[in-house]
Amino acid sequence: MGKNKLSKKNFLQSDACTYLMVILAYLIVEIFVRSGHISSLMKGILVPLCTYSIMAVSLNLVVGISGELSLGHAGFMCLGAFSSALWSNLMEDKMPAGVSFLIAIFIGACVAAVFGFLIGIPVLRLKGDYLAIVTLAFGEIIKNLINALYFGIDSNGLHFSLKDSLSLGLEKGVKPIINGAQGITGTPKMSNFTIGVVLLLLTLFIVLNLIHSRTGRAIMAIRDNRIAAESIGLDVTKYKLLAFTISAAIAGVGGVLYAHNLSSLQALPKNFGYNQSIMILVFVVMGGIGNIRGSVISAVILTLLPEVLRSLNNYRMLMYSIVLIFMMLFTSAPAFIQYRQKLTQVFRKRKTDEDGKEEA
Amino acid sequence: MAVVLDVQSLGISFGGLRAVDNFNVQIEKNELYGLIGPNGAGKTTIFNLLTGVYKPTDGQIILDGENITGLHCIDINKKGIARTFQNIRLFSNLSVLDNVKAGLHNHYVYSTAGGIFRTPKFRKMEADMNKEAMRLLKVFGLDGFSEYKASNLPYGQQRKLEIARALATEPKLLLLDEPAAGMNPSETKELMDTIRLVRDQFDMTILLIEHDMKLVSGICDRLTVLNFGQVLKQGETQEVLHDPAVIKAYLGD
Repeated sequence: MGKNKLSKKNFLQSDACTYLMVILAYLIVEIFVRSGHISSLMKGILVPLCTYSIMAVSLNLVVGISGELSLGHAGFMCLGAFSSALWSNLMEDKMPAGVSFLIAIFIGACVAAVFGFLIGIPVLRLKGDYLAIVTLAFGEIIKNLINALYFGIDSNGLHFSLKDSLSLGLEKGVKPIINGAQGITGTPKMSNFTIGVVLLLLTLFIVLNLIHSRTGRAIMAIRDNRIAAESIGLDVTKYKLLAFTISAAIAGVGGVLYAHNLSSLQALPKNFGYNQSIMILVFVVMGGIGNIRGSVISAVILTLLPEVLRSLNNYRMLMYSIVLIFMMLFTSAPAFIQYRQKLTQVFRKRKTDEDGKEEA
Repeated sequence: MAVVLDVQSLGISFGGLRAVDNFNVQIEKNELYGLIGPNGAGKTTIFNLLTGVYKPTDGQIILDGENITGLHCIDINKKGIARTFQNIRLFSNLSVLDNVKAGLHNHYVYSTAGGIFRTPKFRKMEADMNKEAMRLLKVFGLDGFSEYKASNLPYGQQRKLEIARALATEPKLLLLDEPAAGMNPSETKELMDTIRLVRDQFDMTILLIEHDMKLVSGICDRLTVLNFGQVLKQGETQEVLHDPAVIKAYLGD
């Protein structure tokens, strides 16, 4: 009967264990970094590790907890990245760097949340594949719009254009801040591993506590059975939108972290395109849909893997697909399930045999 | 006796099909009312009209003196009608306890931010919710299963959990759609006791659809028989069940 239970209250399955894992990992890495036992290559991917973990947790809130397939998460990351980088560029030397960065995080989250809310209103009326397709389109639209955006500031005020940098009409010697496809350059490099881990912990805190609150229960109830949820008076639209907006805001924070780790930021298909959205989805699926801790673990492993196997880097996507297909087979194919059951049976039998011998 | 539900000449058409026509019923407080009839007579359609899944083409629904015709099903639940489903609809991945707590959602309110930052209000509300949910589960003998995943419960207990979840919304009127479907005779008997218990302990008014005549004649005070969307007969249970027209159309000789 025991295995029917949903939650055995043991430490390994608790949220505290998830926080502890992240903190331990941080301490170990930090010791290696301080003692110089880590290559500069590895040092370089510490912040992306945090970024992708945050993105994976954020997407899991939509895919796993709210049960909607969104393929536009890189778009929200892009919004967070560009809005915060813009702020940091404007405020450089005008305000203490720390304060400016805190506000940048806030701005990134808010801008992404606003867009998440606005996009969510029409999009969340759709279900399943249709929702996935439309979110994918919105993600691409955001990326392409930012790619075509020119923005500058001079003594006359703000200048916008969607054409080219000349049509901004800036005074001589003033350079545009957002320069179309060349993006934003000269963002202060504020992100570091510690800040990344703190933001990851904050993300985990928000998402895990949300899941265990009244709101999270409503979101999951709607995921499990929409009709029943309406019949007990749960506001379906409100909670779907809430989950989507919070998720977008967190994705925005991921973008802030990403932007402040690079001196030049461009909206490329590589970093904010649909490949990125798919990759985040891969983290979520590999880590277990609805499993927040799993998202962090798989994001870390799948980001590390290509770096560790640098020589195979060209085959990264190939590896992903092979691993994914294998995972799908392993979890869902009838033949595999049978094989697994047989294995566990053999294992159990052996164990009971041993127990029997001990008793005898 | 106060009338809890007053339905006046309710009707709905789907295109050219008149699914329910001129349906009238008055259900009094604490009454156990049965809705029976052959398959396709429009029983579940009436439930869907009462709970706001369908908007009626004509007629009105008055709950406790308040006109609730045409409201959205979320609002109708807030006004005080809760239901169970013919095919069980639980929140299958949530625990048994969380299923009931979801039902308590609109009665124990704290903000989303309060939930994230675990304010004292969150702690108090959650504690109160747990207490209330466990009390409800205990009534149905489900308190020992509170940490089980809802989908892992045996069939009969899933039915009970669905009733418990509906009751958690503190309704004035409870609609049960074929509660005994798929149950064996001993489970049905247990269910009859449960329904009676709900009526007495929660002072509940209940409207139920059922095909099991033993259950219907055992617990219903009054009945309405539907046939082809129209009322065939309405009245005291025994009187209705011995009516020749009802026997011919539904029960069989």
